[in-house]
Parts: sequence; C-alpha cells; structure tokens
Amino acid sequence: MSPMLQGIITIFVGVGGCIAYFYGSNLILDRVIFPPRNDDHGRNINRATLVRPWLFLFPAIFALGLYLVYPVVGSFVRSLYNRSGNTFIGLGNYTQMFSEEGFRTALFNNILWALVVPAGATFLGLLAAQLTDKLRWGNIAKSLIFMPMAISFVGASLIWKFVYANDPDIGIINAVRDTIGMGPVDPLQIPFWNNFFLMIILIWIQTGFAMVILSAALRGIPEETIEAAIIDGANPFQIFFKIKVPQIMGTIVVVWTTITILVLKVFDIVYAMTGGNFDTEILPSYMMDYMFRDDGRATAVAFVIMIIVLPVMVWNIRQARREMR
Amino acid sequence: MDNMAGQKTSLSIVTNLSVILLVILWLIPTVGLLVSSFRSNEQISASGWWASMFPVEEAIRISPEPEGVTRDGEMFVLSGNLFGEGSGTVSGFGIASTDPGAAEPGQVYARFNVDVTEPDGEVDNARVEVAYDAEAQATIPTEDEDGNPVVAGTAMLDRSLQVARNGDFTYVSDSEITRAPSVYITTMQPPQFSLQNYQTIMASDNMDRAFINTLTVTIPATIIPILIAAFAAYALAWMDFAGRGFLIAMVVGLLVVPLQLALVPLLQLHNRVGIGQSFLGIWLAHTGFGLPLAVYLLRNYMVGLPRDIIESAKVDGATDFQVFTKIVLPLSFPALASFAIFQFLWTWNDLLIAKVFLPSNSESWVMTVKIADDLLGSRGGDWGILAAAAFISIAVPLVVFFAMQKYLVRGLLAGSVK
Repeated sequence: MSPMLQGIITIFVGVGGCIAYFYGSNLILDRVIFPPRNDDHGRNINRATLVRPWLFLFPAIFALGLYLVYPVVGSFVRSLYNRSGNTFIGLGNYTQMFSEEGFRTALFNNILWALVVPAGATFLGLLAAQLTDKLRWGNIAKSLIFMPMAISFVGASLIWKFVYANDPDIGIINAVRDTIGMGPVDPLQIPFWNNFFLMIILIWIQTGFAMVILSAALRGIPEETIEAAIIDGANPFQIFFKIKVPQIMGTIVVVWTTITILVLKVFDIVYAMTGGNFDTEILPSYMMDYMFRDDGRATAVAFVIMIIVLPVMVWNIRQARREMR
Repeated sequence: MDNMAGQKTSLSIVTNLSVILLVILWLIPTVGLLVSSFRSNEQISASGWWASMFPVEEAIRISPEPEGVTRDGEMFVLSGNLFGEGSGTVSGFGIASTDPGAAEPGQVYARFNVDVTEPDGEVDNARVEVAYDAEAQATIPTEDEDGNPVVAGTAMLDRSLQVARNGDFTYVSDSEITRAPSVYITTMQPPQFSLQNYQTIMASDNMDRAFINTLTVTIPATIIPILIAAFAAYALAWMDFAGRGFLIAMVVGLLVVPLQLALVPLLQLHNRVGIGQSFLGIWLAHTGFGLPLAVYLLRNYMVGLPRDIIESAKVDGATDFQVFTKIVLPLSFPALASFAIFQFLWTWNDLLIAKVFLPSNSESWVMTVKIADDLLGSRGGDWGILAAAAFISIAVPLVVFFAMQKYLVRGLLAGSVK
C-alpha cells in the first residue's frame, strides 16, 4: 500500500476514531452508565460530571504518558545498561562518557551554544523589535526577519553553506575577503571559532521569534511611563534601557529560556554542516552518533540533556502555577 | 523644541537605515540560495550569485570533428569554426583544461617538443607551450616549466591552435588527426536562468518521492493531535475536577522534555508491538510530541473565552459535550489554526524524528533526510542542484508562513510561558 493512501486512511481512521471515541463514550456515560432517570436522577448527573473530564482527557493523557513520560523513565533505565542492553552497569555509561575527550568537547560546545545563541537571538530580537516599532514599514521588515522561522534547520544549513563556501565565487564571506585581498578560508574549519559560525545559523533563525514576542511586550508597556520619562527629559537611549527594558524583563527571560531549551534539542545544524567534525560536536549530535549503535550510550547522553533542561522545566512549572492562582 | 524635532528626524533616519541593513543581512542568505537554484553549475562556479545579472566568462571544451583534414608538409591541419552552426565570441583559448584561457583570440598557441639540460647534466625531452601573435614567430623560452635550460634549436612543433574571436580555428598537429582534438575556449556567457536544476532534481534524484513522503508524514501528524488536544484542553479549562492543577503543571513540564529522551525507548516499543520503523510510527510519535504544546496553547485560549456564554448554555441544559462542539470549538478557531501551523512547520521541517522513526531506505526518505543524508554527500559540489533541492523543501513552509503569519504570531504569543 502506498504511504500516501495509508496516510489518507490514517487521517480518516484517526479523526474518525477520535470523534467516535469522544461522542460514543459521552453517549454511553449519559445513556447507559449514569442515565439521569428514575430516583437516581440528581446523583447520576453528579456522577457523570465526575467522570466526564477523564473521558475528555484520557486520549491526551494516554498519549502524553506513553510518548513523553514513559520515555523519561525508560531512557534512564536503559542508560544504566550496557550496549546490548543485557548487563546492568550502573552509571558505567556516564563515567565512561565523561572520561572521553569527545563527550567533553560536545558538552563544552553545548554550553557555549546555550550561552551565545539565546543571548545573540534575544539581543538582536530586542533590537529589531525596538527599531521596527514606530516604523511605517515596520511590519514588512518584521515579517522578513521572522521568515527564517519557517525554514527547516536542514534548509537553513544549506542556505548558509552557500554563505560559508570556501570559494570566492560562491561564498559571500570569501568574496568579501577576496576583494580586500585576503585568501579564501573555510569558516567551518577554523578551530574553536567554527562553533560560532554554526551558532550564527541558529541565531539567524531564532531572532525573528524573539523579535515577535518582545515586540508585543514593548507595545504592552503603558504609554504614561514613557511620556513621563520624555517630560523628565530622558533621551531615547535612557527611555529604552531604563524605562522599557526593565518593564519587559519578564518576557526577556521567557524568550531567553525558550531559546535555551531549543538549543539543547537542535542537532540538525551541526549534523548537516560539519557532521560533528572539526571539534564542532554538541550533545544532540553526539547522541545521534551513538543512536542505532550503542543505545546505552545514546540514552545516557539524552539524560544528560534532560538534566541540563530540568531547572528550566521546574522554573516554567512554578511560573505557570503562580499565574493560575 | 526645534532642536528636539531635529534630533527626532536624524534619529528616524538612523532607525530606518539600521532596519534596512538588518533586513538586508537577514535576506542575503536566502536570496543567494534562490538565485543560485536557477543558475547552471558552470555559472555558479564562474561568478557569485550577486554578480548573476552580469555576463560571466565560462570555460568550455569543444571537440571539433576531424573532418576535412589537410596536409601541410609534415603537419596535419584541421580548420573550421568552433561554434559550428551556432555563434559566439571567444575571449580566450587553450589546449589544456588546466589553463583554458591561455591565449587571446587572434594569437597562436603552440606546444613544442624540446631538449632540456637537467641539473645533473643529462639531456631529456620536455614540452614548452607558447602563445604568440599570428603574424609573428614563436619565441621558444630559454627554460622549461621546471627551470631547466632549453637546448637551442631543438624545438619541434607538436601541435598548435589558432582561434579567432568569431570561433574560426586552425589546428595543426605533427601526427595524423584521426580523433577529435580537445580545444578549450573561454567565452563570455550572458546571464542565464533556468529551471534545469529543478527538473534534474525532480527527475533523477527522487526528490518528488521525498516531497510526497514529507506531505504524507505531515498531514496526519498535524490533524490528529488537534482533536485529542482540543478535548483535553476543554477539560482543563472549563471542567472542575481534582488534579486539574497538577495536570496543567504536567503539560507545562512536558513542553520542554528533550525529544532525544523519547527516541530509544519508543523505537523499542514500536518494534515490540510490530509498528517498527514506519509511517504509522512517525504519525504516532509526532502526535505524542505535539500534544503538550497543543494542549497548552488551546487551554490558554479557551480559558479566555467569555464565561457568560458557556454558563448560560449550561443553564439552558447543554451538556459539556455540546458546549464543547457547538460553542468552544468554533470560537477557538484562531488557536486551532495557530497550533496547526506550528505542528505543520515542525513536522515538515523535522529531521530527528524522521531519521529515527522512518525506515532508512531511500523509498521512505522525507526531504530533510534526503538532503542531509543523501544530497549533501552525493551531490556535494553540485551547488545548483543543492540549492534547488533546498528551495523545494522550504517553499511550502514559506507559503504557509506568509499566508498565515497572523495566526503564527498569535500562537507564539500565547504559547510562551509568561
């Protein structure tokens, strides 16, 4: 059966199944299990009200539990076993990993990524948001800066391969170097700095995201505070740094952490640009090197990523709970 | 106050200029890709895409048919026009691919066999190549390429080529011309843009298959989570039950779980229950991974719907199921659209999940895998083909992006934890 046909059938089965489940289960609940009839009338309605939320929630809880909660546990357990999965070796995968140069490089690079990319994207996003704020063609500019968000990391990598190409007739960087009389270089092979050239790709993608959110936050600042500052004689820079930025600090933190989380997931860029060569490995790409070869090691790397993400997760949950109160 | 006004204009000029600069910086990479995808490989390697509007000098190899060879003493002579029936302008020519523009039109380019004296005193054979004006005589250099002195008077013509600007040529060789000789010319080509790269990649590289595979992965993986999430979001927003707060916190927490964790256990699970690496597997995986964002986005939106409408409907005797399908779902359309766009972009652009949950044969490659695992290797230097492939893979998301930007922005604003 062709995948296309299979896809169409899946859509019908999936959507139909969902509708049938929700409609059918509600119907059964109301008509069969707790019918609002006879002397039980009131009690049955109450009982049905107690059960119904779980009918609504069940598919989501089931899918979330199976596809996200179980793997956290499953991955951790698997990471305690050896490559073939039959011998328990405790933290062996972790100690082995930390003793290897390759993993330490990946960890170090990943920390660099997690510091530089959110900082760069948030800063440029804030800059773009502020600059386009009062501009007549601001929306067009924003939409163009936002555009890379729609492009896949693989597509973006290819786009930047052209920019970085080691040939002054293809790569614009080397073309510029050529016109000022410098020889061609391959930016992806310059030790240490090549990491930054890879980070630029993700900054290029994420700046639009930061800009959109921060731009909305800037618009939400009460006009009075800015007017008051103008009357008090503040110059545009003071208004920006002393009045606006402190008021949107919360949003800046949100943008920053969201991008940090993303950085810890993205393996595509390194994978497509350098394949982890020239000391550009990061944890997600390092993990993919072991995927299908050594599941013990791969899950151990994944769990290290999880541990790095954990503080943000806890912080997010606390923020959400505070907001709900 | 005049002073203030003056400051304002200069500030606005600076702002305008900075934004223009920023936008240009942001667009350059993509424009480069787009322009390159319409150029032939020869043009791409001859000049940068930024110069694609200007003619470029291209080197071409031509092998004129050895017809009508005449004899001139010891030598064999072939003459004709290099462009054959067509026409063109020669800007340089040569007889070796290493230096296709060694001589200018109107000159003669000749190769001589000479004797040279090597550093150890031995006399050996060598070749020297010289370009000279057709009216003049060839001046044999005193040294060969390696710097060994040429023994005077030993030069014997091996072959020579004379090409005029219009392509008329005379090829002279000391041996009989039985096979077509290789002649190199450089010629200024006008800028050319064509869909050739797109045709090549679609026809010979199975990109059409990958495109359909991507579509096949994306559509069910976008539609199915929406329904599941919508019901759950309604329960979390408008129904009262114990553990609601905990579940919401759970969803927020799951938003940031790195997908890497899910890969190994889920693949094993899929293998155990017989799904294995298949389209069904990837639909399920995308559904599971997309749910936290879907539930979170939709709940945030539904919670903001006016309480009066929902409560008056309940007072009128509507069940939760009716309230959901008749009131909440239609009102939540903007949030549903936001999530649908997110999930569409995410599944379309995904590489990680496709690599793990789909079979790794070329029949099931989606476009991202096709580009990253196949084309970057097998078509590594084919910049035109790579650009066309990349553009095919980003075209649909770009259209969706520009058409539905409003919903995307709305979703982003609702989706970031405030």
